[in-house]
Amino acid sequence: MADTKQYTIGALVSNKSGVLTRICGLFARRGYNIDSLCVCATEDPAISRMTIILNGDRYSLYQMIKQMDKLDDVYKIGCANELDCVYRDLMLVKVKAPSDVRSEIVQVADIYKAKVVDLSLDTMILEITGDPEKLDAFMKVIAPYGILESQRTGVTVLARGTHTLKDRDCYGDHVQ
Amino acid sequence: MKLKGADILINCLLEQGVDTIFGYPGGAVLDIYDALYRNGKINHVLTAHEQGAAHAADGYARVTGKTGVCFATSGPGATNLVTGIATAYMDSIPVVAVTGNVGINFLGRDSFQEVDTTGITIPITKHNFIIKDVKDLAPAIRRAFHIANTGRKGPVLIDILKNVQTDMCEYTPLTPVYPEPKPVSEAQVAKAVAAINASERPIIMAGGGCISSGASKLVLELARKINAPVSYTLMAKGVVPDDDPLCLGLIGMHGTVASAHTLMDADLIITLGSRFSDRVALDRDKFASGKTVIQVDIDNAELDKNVTSDIHVMADINETLKTMVPLVEASDRKAWMKKVEGYKKTSKTLMNYSIRAAKILQAANRIAPKDANLIADVGQHQMWAAQFYALEEPRKFCTSGGLGTMGYSIGASIGAAFGSGKMSVCVIGDGCLGMNMNELMTAATQGVPMVVLLINNGVLGMVRQWQKIFYGNRFSQTTLIRKADYCAIAEGMGAKGMKLGLGDDIDTVLKAAFAYALGNCAPVLVDCEISPDDNVLPMIKPGMTYDTQMTEMN
Repeated sequence: MADTKQYTIGALVSNKSGVLTRICGLFARRGYNIDSLCVCATEDPAISRMTIILNGDRYSLYQMIKQMDKLDDVYKIGCANELDCVYRDLMLVKVKAPSDVRSEIVQVADIYKAKVVDLSLDTMILEITGDPEKLDAFMKVIAPYGILESQRTGVTVLARGTHTLKDRDCYGDHVQ
Repeated sequence: MKLKGADILINCLLEQGVDTIFGYPGGAVLDIYDALYRNGKINHVLTAHEQGAAHAADGYARVTGKTGVCFATSGPGATNLVTGIATAYMDSIPVVAVTGNVGINFLGRDSFQEVDTTGITIPITKHNFIIKDVKDLAPAIRRAFHIANTGRKGPVLIDILKNVQTDMCEYTPLTPVYPEPKPVSEAQVAKAVAAINASERPIIMAGGGCISSGASKLVLELARKINAPVSYTLMAKGVVPDDDPLCLGLIGMHGTVASAHTLMDADLIITLGSRFSDRVALDRDKFASGKTVIQVDIDNAELDKNVTSDIHVMADINETLKTMVPLVEASDRKAWMKKVEGYKKTSKTLMNYSIRAAKILQAANRIAPKDANLIADVGQHQMWAAQFYALEEPRKFCTSGGLGTMGYSIGASIGAAFGSGKMSVCVIGDGCLGMNMNELMTAATQGVPMVVLLINNGVLGMVRQWQKIFYGNRFSQTTLIRKADYCAIAEGMGAKGMKLGLGDDIDTVLKAAFAYALGNCAPVLVDCEISPDDNVLPMIKPGMTYDTQMTEMN
């Protein structure tokens, strides 16, 4: 595992029950860890799009892509790393927000273009969208106020320009 | 026409040319068995245990190349199939397993004999289906057969809920269409051809892919044209005739000395449909060091998985060879052939022909009809069968190579006999016999001509051999000390039992056994006594390199 780095795998899979089990089982069985996973139906309700962030070497990446590609429920798969892509992650974070620090938190949120989506006497929920690094940074500056809970969607990715995952040959690091 | 789900299933199986099903009925498949009964066009072999049915479907598929089919009920019926399905999965054997499950109203409520069959079988099938709506049934069955027997083959499971079996649906017959093989990359083949032409000392390593793609003829043609000797992995025994001058025999942990020496000396390894398993490559990093490797495999995921290749072709082996063989330069490679001949000679002198099992297997090889199937269980006797029983053709050898399933052979022998219409020679150890001997009943009831060579050493020989090598002769739980009388067991199950003691004449007993099996269309078990201390040699220890091959041990 000399050249370990983070890879992003995109896949179009059939939108049926059990598909996620198959894919996650495959990762577990082969001993690869998923760092982040994001799945949702696409414009075609029969198809889901999956974005998987994987930490590993090139060998692991290739094996995972090839093994996933063999599944009957996986239609298209590719790695986004070598393409110019837009990466987005969404986070909701609930912080302690008593009245004395409330405006201070809102100021911090403004700098990061986070929105206040809920306010109670003692708490506030902030919503922030951006690339994963931006969310990490926001998390750091908001943490001192006291995070009660948070939830991230996981990374979603689209390649810039005309590249699409449907047209796999154009979608980045094509194996074989 | 409108049909019940169960009838749609039977009709779809007929569409696919299914003539034999191995299975065991139960509550959740009653409607399917009723449809089978009413239809009457498919032969059903009732086994003693669902595991036997799965192994039989596997054996049927290995000898015919067709997809084997097995049936089981829900819950324990389905879980009993699991070992058989996993066996087929590891060896890439096309099998379609059909299970019933509880009705939709009972699903997920821990009902009687309910189990998550598709959940359990995800990692051991190429794909599986749970059918909750009868309109999905026919497409799923057709798709299942397609998946099982195309690309890298493997098992597919279809779990059919009970209500689906009785629900009505419109059924329109459909003739299966098999896709044209994908075109082979000419550029990749050209690279391989150039490497072959440039090679002075090529070796062909044939794997199970050669058998499943039906490439045996072209493998031999390639070998002869370029004068490259052929080593085969366990899955490819029979790919070229064992007595062919270019055949080196088995390669791997218990491969021949000829295979090992030729491999070490080679400058080019032409790997056809082999996945460089740990039992073949052993030390995968050093296996091919300093040599050029060409890898041809239909499965992209196998390319560079264990051993990195210099040139690879992702395609069907037979299709690749069709393109490749005319392009390679014919060469007599005289110097290389001379060396190989020398290795073969040395190999012969070092093979352990003197052990009792070798003599028994060679005698069986002489006495058995040439078209008999050879089915080996798992352990020492399996390796001896691969080493000492020569085959001339592919699709004659069935064994659990990848999973190493003890108890595989009797079920598989039944399936192989039904598939080929020829007798089976079943080589089994006393450990393995203990696992699934109940299928002897099936063989006897069904009138299957087979000779079961029980290589009886009273111990779990292979494990014991490892205990000798790695565990200082501490024979923990490998001495069986059973009080069983195997001949009486065989007789009790309706088979014939014969004894071949250490002092008995092998030929006399085996001739009688084969004559009885063929004359009466019946299974004969020959209890062959051997020493518990015979070892499988040569041997390369796991993870070691080929130059450490041992040819003797104490």
